[in-house]
Amino acid sequence: MKAPPFAYHDPRSRDDLIGLLAELENAKLLAGGQSLVPMLNFRVVAPDHLIDINRIPDLAGIRLSADDVVLGAMTRQCDLHASADLAATAPIIRQALAHVGHFQTRSRGTIGGSCCHLDPAAELPALCALLDAEFDVAGPNGARIVKGGDWFKGYLESALEEREYLQSIRLRRWPAGHGYGFSEYARRRGDFAIAGAGALLEFAEDARIGRAAIVVFGVEPAPIRLVEAERMLVGQTFSEALLAEVAAQASALDAMADVHVSAAYRRRLAGVVTRRALAEAARPAREAV
Amino acid sequence: MSTRYFGAAVPRLEDPRLLTGRGTYVDDVVLPGMLHAVFLRSSVAHGRVRNLDPSAALSMPGVRAVYAMADFAGFGSGPMPAMAPHPLLKSPVTCSPLAVDEVRYVGEAIAMVLADSRAEAEDALAAIELDIEHLPVVANARQGVADGAPRAHSGRESNVIATLRGSHGNVDAVFAAAAHRFSETFEIHRGGCHAMECRGVVAAPEPRSGELSLWTSSQSPYMVRRHLATYLGRDEVDIRVTAPDVGGGFGPKANVYPEEFAVALAALACGRPVKWIEDRQEHFLATTQQRDQFWSLEVACDATGRMLGVRGHCIHDNGAYAPYGLILPATALASFPGPYALAAFDLSIDVVLTNLVPTSPVRGAGRPNAAFVLERLADTVARRLNLPREEVRRRSFVRAEQMPYVTGGKMRDGSPVAYDSGDYAKALSLVLDKIDASGFARRRADAAARGRLLGLGFASCVEDTGLGPFEGASVRVTPAGKVVVATGAASQGQGHATTLAQIAADALGVDLSQVTIKPADSRIFPLGISTIASRVAVTAGSSVEIAARKVRDKAIKVAAHMLEAGEHDLEIENGQVRVVGVPDMNVPLSTIARVLSGSAGVPIPAGVEPDLAATGYFEANQLAFAYGSQACEVEIDPETGDTRITRYVVAHDCGRLINPLIVDGQIRGGVVHGIGNALFEHMRHDEAGQPLTATYADYLLPGAAEMPDIEIHHIETPSPRNPIGAKGAGEGGTIPAAACVISAIQDALGPEAPFVTMHPLSPEQIVEWIDKTRK
Ligand SMILES: Cc1cc2nc3c(=O)[nH]c(=O)nc-3n(C[C@H](O)[C@H](O)[C@H](O)COP(=O)(O)OP(=O)(O)OC[C@H]3O[C@@H](n4cnc5c(N)ncnc54)[C@H](O)[C@@H]3O)c2cc1C
Repeated sequence: MKAPPFAYHDPRSRDDLIGLLAELENAKLLAGGQSLVPMLNFRVVAPDHLIDINRIPDLAGIRLSADDVVLGAMTRQCDLHASADLAATAPIIRQALAHVGHFQTRSRGTIGGSCCHLDPAAELPALCALLDAEFDVAGPNGARIVKGGDWFKGYLESALEEREYLQSIRLRRWPAGHGYGFSEYARRRGDFAIAGAGALLEFAEDARIGRAAIVVFGVEPAPIRLVEAERMLVGQTFSEALLAEVAAQASALDAMADVHVSAAYRRRLAGVVTRRALAEAARPAREAV
Repeated sequence: MSTRYFGAAVPRLEDPRLLTGRGTYVDDVVLPGMLHAVFLRSSVAHGRVRNLDPSAALSMPGVRAVYAMADFAGFGSGPMPAMAPHPLLKSPVTCSPLAVDEVRYVGEAIAMVLADSRAEAEDALAAIELDIEHLPVVANARQGVADGAPRAHSGRESNVIATLRGSHGNVDAVFAAAAHRFSETFEIHRGGCHAMECRGVVAAPEPRSGELSLWTSSQSPYMVRRHLATYLGRDEVDIRVTAPDVGGGFGPKANVYPEEFAVALAALACGRPVKWIEDRQEHFLATTQQRDQFWSLEVACDATGRMLGVRGHCIHDNGAYAPYGLILPATALASFPGPYALAAFDLSIDVVLTNLVPTSPVRGAGRPNAAFVLERLADTVARRLNLPREEVRRRSFVRAEQMPYVTGGKMRDGSPVAYDSGDYAKALSLVLDKIDASGFARRRADAAARGRLLGLGFASCVEDTGLGPFEGASVRVTPAGKVVVATGAASQGQGHATTLAQIAADALGVDLSQVTIKPADSRIFPLGISTIASRVAVTAGSSVEIAARKVRDKAIKVAAHMLEAGEHDLEIENGQVRVVGVPDMNVPLSTIARVLSGSAGVPIPAGVEPDLAATGYFEANQLAFAYGSQACEVEIDPETGDTRITRYVVAHDCGRLINPLIVDGQIRGGVVHGIGNALFEHMRHDEAGQPLTATYADYLLPGAAEMPDIEIHHIETPSPRNPIGAKGAGEGGTIPAAACVISAIQDALGPEAPFVTMHPLSPEQIVEWIDKTRK
């Protein structure tokens, strides 16, 4: 389990990186290495060049503005977890991060790496889907923004083109006091979830739902927003019947099967975690009553 | 003997060294000119090697050689010797160090690349041209015994290599007369060992002496030496085998492996030191596992639920070869009747070859399997007769006053098995008391209010420990007054350097810090068997005691001469022999050791032999039987099937405890293995014999977060069968654990749920049963 041979590059600036991306054939970027290094050691990938982006300044960082939060691609999962600003603005991120791997992997793993690797059960890409992320990518042909759902092309596949890299991710802020809930089920702590869900709710003065966002992950090849359910929730007051209806939509997803679980069990879990996440997100409404 | 250390919770003496990175594991052995080996392994479960062309690989950077079995002609050839021959096995069922012609499991080694670095050797693997013709595959044991099944070895007439039988009493009469008979079928799966350190070997031919040195991460370094010597046609003394620090073994490292031979052969063939370090992927593919047994059993009981007899049959997956003979299925059979006083039993096991990696004992060997089926049968009786589960056991146990109890079973040499001591009912009462079984109904109601299902389970076992014939030890006092103990019993982390030192320190009246335990090394100690079967405390521990007492006697004899005192007036304390009541009249052990080391022209005093040293061999002719009960509570989330063990209590009797800290560690680790077997670990293969769970992402080892606190209570009934009164403690934690967890799950699921007869259980399986029950 040793990596196949490759040439190693460690650019010190974004320009150098662009230069390498323009020039090198069959290159891979190395961020936290928590997915890439195992893939190299299993020899499932064999790049001729490895471009280590850990030494490029300014690729990491958390910047808040009135409407959004910008996360540098190289921001470590542990730093996202530790950020009090982020926890105050988008508390669901800290809640979800507790489920992302282990203390050790979070100290290396980056949000950019999670979003480019795009494991179907990864929490951070799911939150990006939930928070209507915009992905800021750049390459030899210039920079572009990829919006929300367009990023998720399929199983382990993002909208990133060859010779492009992800610079940062912009998340939409939700107003203070919004309801949030996160739930996932994994056999062991730190495992990728068999199914998970995140939910955000905004309530009007009369406790009616003003806005809703629900994401389910680990079930289909990429995280998926329950858009119909979200639309259906708006204007309603929260009830058990509503919960059941949304859970039923999650259970109707086109779930994957693997060596461990059947599609039927995964669909069942999708319903359970969605109901739990949504019930938790509805707490502010219930507390207001 | 003034006991100071025996029984004390002394912190492990080896830990500061191991925990600060100062251990010496096989991979720490680096020799000049050493080459790195990797193996080309079969990617198919059954096939015939048609073509092997290494030419492209040979021209790759750093590559020094590519070897197939034919390249070792002149050094050794043919299949590996059988480690544990059995009369039912007419010829050894072993593989060659490198496969010749037919390959019989995914991972079987076919060729090896030697290169300047491991990475270069791996690069070259892909360049070897290998053409394998596929043959039909036996992918599990049940398939292997079916009519018209393909053959796992194309030359064999049958996949069943042996049928083991164990019986006692007139089983037919007992069943005919019994008030009730119940039958069940069981599917038991156990995974692999997954020691933190994988296997590894360094072999170095010594060009001047012609000797061959081997460092191997093994539980059985002396067996490696013996069989390698036979294979190479050499004398044992020309082969040195060392087991340096070893990071866990748990059974599978007790085998003598093809890679150990292949690395030795390659070193001889190329005349340079060769290192092979197993990586985790190879560990999944090529280190022995335990896997499947399928049991069909019937239990007979009287009207009160007292179990009277058990009969039935088992199909045992032995994998592609039988490197360890029939030991694994034989231990399952030898574990009957467990803690129960059965009037009769009659059991048989078909040992079946499959095209999967060979099996051999993993912690507990077949004992957890036997404990699982016996405990489930006890639960069956309780369920069918509507009796409390503990009542069936209390009525069926061997009672304390029946000790020593002749079970009717037989040891490997044919002599009758007799349990030496213990009170089985007491252990069960103790765990039920400690887990507060009487308060369980209230806890269950509380859990139900939270939407959770709570279950209480328990299980018991008896364990044969201290397997003979011996593990010897030598004890020597150096002229500096240090005590050096050597033994052939290799340590894989069990704490031998502490427990054996405790015994020696007490016997010689020295401070523990003065005692050093040498690693198992054939140049330091001449003989050794294996660190297996919970035997080292009993065998090596007793031998250290015997040897240290001989040294003590010798020291007293010499001191009596030097002090002109009577031997009876002397005691040994603080590293000195002194006159009782006159501590100023003393002679330090170091002085005695120096005198016995000799000086030119000066006679050795007191008519003793030179050297303040002695060797002891305790011959363990009779097994020491440990036993215990475990109880646990599980909490199930009925929506997800998630099962958490919330409480765990162990009552265990392993005789006199040398070191409670170490025993607790053994038991705790053992329970974790059992929990893994009950809920997590599953080595899956598809119909083509391809492993499906060969990474730690797919093979679920339980982690710290999945573990409950494990509360341990000791009962100390000294074994009358060895000088230190000890019984083994290495496997007792594992043996009843899976049965205990499954019994709790059954209890949580309720009487309407199907009777659970398998493990591991997945949450998906559990929700399926819950759904079925609620419909
Ligand atoms: C034991 C273990 C458990 C884990 N459990 C979980 C879990 O429960 N949930 C979870 O979400 N993850 C889990 N992970 C994965 C972990 O979160 C990884 O860190 C993450 O998937 C990848 O991030 P990274 O920074 O390590 O990226 P790398 O491994 O360095 O890279 C991953 C991929 O992304 C590409 N890439 C990285 N950054 C960029 C960029 N800026 N632009 C373009 N391409 C880029 C790389 O080229 C590579 O293809 C686990 C990992 C381990 C080892």
